[in-house]
Amino acid sequence: MSTQTPSIEIEDYKHGFSDPDRSVFKTRKGLDEDVVRAISDLKGEPEWMKTFRLRALKTFYKKSMPNWGADLSNVNFDDIYYYAKPEGEQQRNWDDVPDDIKKTFDRIGVPEAERKFLAGVGAQYDSEVVYHNIRADLEQQGVIFCDPETAVREHPDLVREYFGTVIPFGDNKLAALNSAVWSGGSFVYVPKGVEVDIPLQAYFRINLESFGQFERTLIIADEGSFVHYIEGCTAPVYATDSLHSAVVEIIAKPGARVRYSTIQNWSGDIYNLVTKRAIAYEDATVEWVDGNIGSKRTMKYPSIYLMGEGAHGEVLSIAFSGKGQEQDTGGKVVHLADNTTSVITSKSISKGGGIASYRGLVKVEKGVRNVKSRVVCDALILDDQSQSNTYPYMEIDSDDVSVEHEARVSQISEDQLFYLMSRGMSEEEASAMIVNGFLDPLVKQLPMEYAVELNRLIELEMEGSVG
Amino acid sequence: MRLEIQDLRASVDGTPILDGVTLAINTGETHALMGPNGSGKSTLANVLLGHPDYVVTGGKVLLDGENILDEPTDVRARRGLFLAFQYPVEVSGITIGKFLKRATELKYTENERVNLSKYVADLRKNMDFLQIDQEFINRYLNEGFSGGEKKRMEILQMLMIEPKFAILDETDSGLDIDALKIVAKGVNELQGDSFGSLIITHYQRILDYIRPQFVHILYRGRIVTSGGSELVEKLELKGYDWIKEQYEMEVQHEHANAVD
Repeated sequence: MSTQTPSIEIEDYKHGFSDPDRSVFKTRKGLDEDVVRAISDLKGEPEWMKTFRLRALKTFYKKSMPNWGADLSNVNFDDIYYYAKPEGEQQRNWDDVPDDIKKTFDRIGVPEAERKFLAGVGAQYDSEVVYHNIRADLEQQGVIFCDPETAVREHPDLVREYFGTVIPFGDNKLAALNSAVWSGGSFVYVPKGVEVDIPLQAYFRINLESFGQFERTLIIADEGSFVHYIEGCTAPVYATDSLHSAVVEIIAKPGARVRYSTIQNWSGDIYNLVTKRAIAYEDATVEWVDGNIGSKRTMKYPSIYLMGEGAHGEVLSIAFSGKGQEQDTGGKVVHLADNTTSVITSKSISKGGGIASYRGLVKVEKGVRNVKSRVVCDALILDDQSQSNTYPYMEIDSDDVSVEHEARVSQISEDQLFYLMSRGMSEEEASAMIVNGFLDPLVKQLPMEYAVELNRLIELEMEGSVG
Repeated sequence: MRLEIQDLRASVDGTPILDGVTLAINTGETHALMGPNGSGKSTLANVLLGHPDYVVTGGKVLLDGENILDEPTDVRARRGLFLAFQYPVEVSGITIGKFLKRATELKYTENERVNLSKYVADLRKNMDFLQIDQEFINRYLNEGFSGGEKKRMEILQMLMIEPKFAILDETDSGLDIDALKIVAKGVNELQGDSFGSLIITHYQRILDYIRPQFVHILYRGRIVTSGGSELVEKLELKGYDWIKEQYEMEVQHEHANAVD
């Protein structure tokens, strides 16, 4: 039972094209205080932000690299450009965005998606946001959606109150790095009681080679509000490695609900080392939907601190790890208040020698009562070369807790393939169907357009997987 | 069309199971294949569709004169073979509706398109006919189905795909009489000049509802006798013991000869 088809290689990556380097300003390779000052000066930042960056840089030097997850031994911090400003200024109209850049986002489909089903879009190209827009009616209701640089200028009180409070720069080496050299990202504020009915999206594109992208996102959902924020990311295929190291902070005030969805489709030469954390107050809900398809190495464990009574947290993690890839992903929930609930669901697929690891933590603080948590990890391994690991940590310091944990590892069974093939589907189509089926319960929770996109990506990854 | 099995031999894990099966089925015919447990009935069904666990060690399977044994399972299926499984597997995440739409599409050549409204109408009609609740359209393939529901789902697939030849591998086993009647109704619905079937069964019971013109008895990997419905009656009266008594010596004798 074998079908001869070419195996999937890097050229099958649809977004691997690049534009010529037309950046108007670029810091030299490597990182030191001068580079950090140059970034801050270029942005014309207030003193407090510059001080924040410089302190973070010191912490970055002091901290060691995480050595407990994906293999990061080839990350070379001296061989990276930390900042590149693309040509043109930030625009609210795609027609005003420089041609190359506009074409790139057209190819990726961002303006089309915006017209069809988004309430606002931010598009970042290397270090700066080149396009930003939000539906006028939301703006009138007081919703703020802009890049953090604009927020520092126009909403300094909000930024100073929350920036770096959920993830202090001392949290880990990569959060310190981001805090020192951050550029671009999103700032979202949703006022009390406002429900943003369709999603906001930020799109991150790396164009340069040996580049580091360090966007910074801060989302504040005020009492009783709702927002769904989506991020997507792609990059060209180069011979050298690049680094993407973001920090995402979410504050969900009492009764608010924030959903944050990621479809990460970086090219196979990106180290994707991201810190994402949310705080949920009384009766607030935070949901992370975290899809990791691309990158060379990803380490990302979106976390939720349930600070107020009745808060609820959910992490849905989807990882696809192919040839040369290591997806070390999962989620973390910390229960700090009574009557809090959480669900972590992880689905991973590994093939072609890829490694997919679930790493997660459920922590319940001492004396906290009536906590419910459920962790479900499903792994599908498509061949003998590939690997799946599960590291489900539990730190429970209370008796009044119900914690469930299930883990399953499966392979596509010969009988399933035979069954589907006996109905006329080729081996390749049957495998893709089973993989999509494996993900279906999660994909269903994505907005339709993204579910279609994710299915398409998986099918692309599955092409030629049978030999 | 004609499905011709010639001196077919196959083994599993190195153990020979089929020992020269010869049998021909034309469209328009209904054949029953009976035999005691372990005689190789399910092996034959799986070999006809090309299950990778079964190794063909000799013989041919011709579909209109062309040997299909080198074709992968999906090609055999698209050329008109269908297997109703004895133990249909569960496949999570694939809904019946989506699965059947794809399977139905595959009947058509590349230039034809499946007509969606006709597909939906056919599906609903066939589900009603087999007394399957419409909510099954959105359920995952066989997941959590009872034994009877799985079997009815096999028949539903058969009705939608409309194969040239259907092999029903002990579709009757484990069914109560009402479920059995529904399954038989489904098979009878397809009966006609362009459909042939091979009903594999241990018991005569299903043959009260699907009347075969030809009955074959498989014993120790070969067809030891063929006939009409009188064979079914004989089995009903006497069980399989007479087969063993009558053919054990013959089979052993030939095995001995083969070793020489």
